[in-house]
Amino acid sequence: MVPYMLLLPQLAIVTIFFLWPAAEAIQSSFYLEDPFGFGSTFVGLDNFTDMLTSTDYGRVARFTAVFTFFVTFLSLGFALLLAVKADKVLRGASTYKTLLMWVYAVAPPVAGLIGVLLFDQHVGPMVDLFAMFGWKMQIGVNYFDTSFAMIVTAVWKQIPVNFIFFLSGLQGISKSVQEAASIDCRSGFRRFWTVTFPLLAPTGFFLLIINITYAFFDTFGIVDVIVKNEPGNNPVTLVYKVYLDGFRGNDLGGSSAQSVILMALVFILTIIQFRLIERRVHYT
Amino acid sequence: MATITLDTVRKVYAGDVEAVKGVSIDIADSEFIVLVGPSGCGKSTLLRMIAGLEDITTGEIKIGDRLVNKVDPADRDIAMVFQNYALYPHMSVYNNLAYGLKNRGMAKEEIDRRVKEAARILEIGDYLDRKPRALSGGQRQRVAMGRAIVREPAAFLFDEPLSNLDAKLRVQMRVEIKRLQQSLGTTSVYVTHDQLEAMTLADRLVVLNGGNIEQIGAPIEVYDKPASTFVASFIGSPAMNLLNVKADGDGLSLENGAGLSGSNAKGKDSYIVGIRPEHLQVVDGPSSGDGVNLEVSVDVLEPVGAESFVYASFPDGGPEIVVRVSSHARHEPGEKMHLHADAKDVHFFDSSTGRRID
Repeated sequence: MVPYMLLLPQLAIVTIFFLWPAAEAIQSSFYLEDPFGFGSTFVGLDNFTDMLTSTDYGRVARFTAVFTFFVTFLSLGFALLLAVKADKVLRGASTYKTLLMWVYAVAPPVAGLIGVLLFDQHVGPMVDLFAMFGWKMQIGVNYFDTSFAMIVTAVWKQIPVNFIFFLSGLQGISKSVQEAASIDCRSGFRRFWTVTFPLLAPTGFFLLIINITYAFFDTFGIVDVIVKNEPGNNPVTLVYKVYLDGFRGNDLGGSSAQSVILMALVFILTIIQFRLIERRVHYT
Repeated sequence: MATITLDTVRKVYAGDVEAVKGVSIDIADSEFIVLVGPSGCGKSTLLRMIAGLEDITTGEIKIGDRLVNKVDPADRDIAMVFQNYALYPHMSVYNNLAYGLKNRGMAKEEIDRRVKEAARILEIGDYLDRKPRALSGGQRQRVAMGRAIVREPAAFLFDEPLSNLDAKLRVQMRVEIKRLQQSLGTTSVYVTHDQLEAMTLADRLVVLNGGNIEQIGAPIEVYDKPASTFVASFIGSPAMNLLNVKADGDGLSLENGAGLSGSNAKGKDSYIVGIRPEHLQVVDGPSSGDGVNLEVSVDVLEPVGAESFVYASFPDGGPEIVVRVSSHARHEPGEKMHLHADAKDVHFFDSSTGRRID
């Protein structure tokens, strides 16, 4: 009995904050909710068919896919580059690393706010910078420009996390293995792709899943700040659309149906992650 | 195959730590050189400088006739065997062996021939498809050796390659390394802190201490004529007995006045006298023969099988004395013992510099 008692607080938290809302969402995805909360009508799978046939949903899903691809790819790429360089720094290494990790402490909405300031129409230094190259950015007006700012901010926010993992992954690679490689292979570039990179692969796979999850869900704050009050023609992610339709559009049923889809997606990602972690070798 | 020449090689790390202080060694073609010394003596640093894994602060290293100070490790035509084997964990045994050859752009058939040949010599043919993690320590060691062999390099560099193996395997691999080096005739530099390994493997020993060479010579030469008290106590197990003695007219006496007789033939005021445990003979009564005569009492008898060692001390303190006796000898703790060493077996060292006096 005692073990269950000890588990109870954790189970309670999981139930109240995850299982119960999830069950609520699944249930309400089959109902059409009255906007004023006076009742609901069972509509079967209508919410799902409406959602999947709507052009708007397709557009947001496509943007989310593109957004996720770029955020994941770019933040992993830059972080790996920085980690490889930081791993080679000998003097002032800790200052360098601390500076790179600093951004990790910034909360997503604050990161979004900083992004908004950087890309501000009138005072944003990024806008000024690109203007020098003849690109007149219009954040919040131009679809492409807004997407660009959103991706840059999201990437910038995520690089430190990836950097920390890649750096510790690099430092976990045996020094003598790298030395053996330097005797076996003259080209540092080739050495990286044939020895270092394969040995970083377990870290890379783990980060890939983490980053996809991040791009999908944790970028809510960034998206919210950048498109604040003007979601009209602006790019938003699926998660943001759940919020828009549910709390702005008062379509709780449709919003629930969308979140059920997202739940299934997280479920699949989690399974892939466990499969990969199980199958991937942990080199010692 | 090639000679290796080290000319006053120095290594100074940041913060003015001098790890290697002007070392010069001429290594002949096909020679097996062992660098031996306690940890921190600079032996690994020296090896890594030959490999190109450490910069050379001053001095020159030549492999063959080529100055390699600024040559990339991959271009030095050397192969190195690391202490922890340093196998590529994500590659099969075959690819571990082939990796260096592929990077040199060697033809597939030639790579295959060499890998198969090395696998045959080292008897690892059955594991070529396995990953290193599926191998035992001894097998990994063989793969590491194989990776060195396939390159057919000018020189093998070994960095304490046997220290991760258990005692039995270590002896086995030691013999195998020796045999392999003899049949291939490749110039080899081997680093170890184990004096037994050093003695058994080396054509010539280089004894290092604090970044300096203490002595270079054939193992038996180093054993018979240690150049300093450091070498005397480092090479040989148990270590040579070292006694502080002072000249007493024509005779010698121990510093604490205990019984020690012998003649002062070197004409100095004080010495350190060294006697190997096997050169001390147990005699029946007080001896006055030429050489060194001691009277000690037995503390501990340590039988090791083929022989036994007696640890003894002087009645009024002073250094511990180790004597090798026959395995059948019986000595009780507390027993008085008279010892004699012939004059030819007594080594004299300068008491201030520790250098040998002949």
